[in-house]
Amino acid sequence: MSTESLSIFSPQLAARFDALVEKYPLRRSALIPMLLYAQDEIGYLSDAVMEEVAERIGITTLDVRNVASYYSMLRFKPVGKYNVQVCTNISCMLRGAYDIFEHLQDRLGIGHKGVTADGVFSLEEVECIGVCCWAPALQVNYDFHDDLTNEKVDDVLASYRAKARSEQAEGGSAHA
Amino acid sequence: MPRLVSHPDEVKIVTRRFGMGAAEIDRYIELGGYESAKKCLEQGPEFIINEMKASGLRGRGGAGFPTGLKWSFVPKQSTKPKYVLVNGDESEPGTCKDHLIFLHDPHAVIEGTVIAGLAIGAKTGFIYLRGEYRYLIEIVEKAVADAYAKGFLGKNIFGSETEFQVIVQTGAGAYEVGEESALMESLEGKRGVPRIKPPFPAVVGLYGGPTVINNAETIATVPHIFAMGGAAYAAVGSERNGGTRLFGISGHVERPGVYELPMGYNLKKMIYEVAGGVRGGRQLKAVVPGGSSTPVLLPSEIDLGMDFDQVGKAGSMLGSGGVVVIDDQTCIVEFALRTISFYAHESCGWCIPCREGTDWLKKSLTRFHAGFGTMKDIDNIQYLAENMMGRTFCPLGDAAAMPTIGFVKKFRKEFEDHLNGKPCPFAKHVEVALV
Repeated sequence: MSTESLSIFSPQLAARFDALVEKYPLRRSALIPMLLYAQDEIGYLSDAVMEEVAERIGITTLDVRNVASYYSMLRFKPVGKYNVQVCTNISCMLRGAYDIFEHLQDRLGIGHKGVTADGVFSLEEVECIGVCCWAPALQVNYDFHDDLTNEKVDDVLASYRAKARSEQAEGGSAHA
Repeated sequence: MPRLVSHPDEVKIVTRRFGMGAAEIDRYIELGGYESAKKCLEQGPEFIINEMKASGLRGRGGAGFPTGLKWSFVPKQSTKPKYVLVNGDESEPGTCKDHLIFLHDPHAVIEGTVIAGLAIGAKTGFIYLRGEYRYLIEIVEKAVADAYAKGFLGKNIFGSETEFQVIVQTGAGAYEVGEESALMESLEGKRGVPRIKPPFPAVVGLYGGPTVINNAETIATVPHIFAMGGAAYAAVGSERNGGTRLFGISGHVERPGVYELPMGYNLKKMIYEVAGGVRGGRQLKAVVPGGSSTPVLLPSEIDLGMDFDQVGKAGSMLGSGGVVVIDDQTCIVEFALRTISFYAHESCGWCIPCREGTDWLKKSLTRFHAGFGTMKDIDNIQYLAENMMGRTFCPLGDAAAMPTIGFVKKFRKEFEDHLNGKPCPFAKHVEVALV
């Protein structure tokens, strides 16, 4: 894309996208990775994100929106800095995933798809995340935490809360 | 971090290098890595396909189609480029084996992809991982970069005239994309809806070119077959079911984990000896033998060899090898509800019997589990599920219907126990919040 200076993405991500669209037999194959990586940086798929991705690939924004709406990891609204995704599917359910999910709701004071007032955490009940043999499990953004107990969940939350605080103290606000 | 487990009955072929640092390319080479690809490059496609047929390897994604035969279907001459597509969209509830393969032995997947490419005459291979596996995608991407740096991938692999490129692709959350035609759609940057077959991918696949699509475990097994010989690999398993399988045992067992056991290994032994039996000394109630889409087995049905044919004969499927063990304190209606809620969430909406059927089943079971069911509902649930079977483009409709039919047929009494406003005898979680 020749309008690099106008990109809403960081120079690193813009450069990565320049390479990505050339990697496949068809430019369009870069669409889903681009949306996910853009979301990682911006936090969600804003109109501006979808417009730029559409332009880079050479398809309409409507087409991008149509594809994006299919995939459960892609979202059109911001979430917390740390998005806690609790698996409650069968293997996790059998080992107490709903108790973990309820515990998280109590601790965070939010429900499914809620965001805490300070914007640090959001909570989501998700489908199988592929860690069935180490259930119950959750993901915070892309990090897995398995073999959960309520105590372990508290430790996990505390570690991310501390991380958020130290990053705030440094004045950084980069999305994880 | 996923724990590795071990049991004396295991035959470690695919898991041989797990926990040995083989994600590093030098270590992988030290452990005999990339020798199979070199051998295949020297010997050529006919040798590869014959050896694969001799190995008896059948697709580990769930369908159990013979891999060598699948490769042989790809036309030798093609005006369009051919492709290898590795399915690492592992999403079937109860299944986490590919997770370990990507974590511990990513080069086995790359090497297997190269060999598949040599067999069919493809110059490009794609390794597609589900988006949730970001840390594994990074591991595989590094492994691919290292293989390029060594000259094992690229224009002249292993110093030959043969070209082979590997591209790692991320998904973004969709069970349906694990279905091979939806996987191709997704890789082409579209919604993951299935294509009608025929034409089969071997003839018209990715970007319209002939394509071989294999599960990540299948592909990771390939280099080992050439290291030990097809016949030797076949001899490890049972009749018409070559080799070993990564069984992921989860749920109410003492020692859950991924165990590599010979095909045909007894399910009862797997649960009681390998996985240490039912947790907390409770009684076994049911077993889902191969991921959430496979029909449930009763304790009286588990004296059973775990291979595609024997489990099929017992009225279920070996599926993805995800064995989910359920104890006697579990409500089967709730389990059925959680299972169908998943399929209702994941149905892509392309085919009406699946889109409407899964949603209707979810609503019926939700109402039923809440104590508002009627006797007629039990028959209706079964009738509805039976009418979804075989009426959709892809197997997701069947995957939702089959377990539901199994639960109703085998646990009818438990469904009846929920009738007429009676609370769930197990009184746990009534609602399923997912939307």
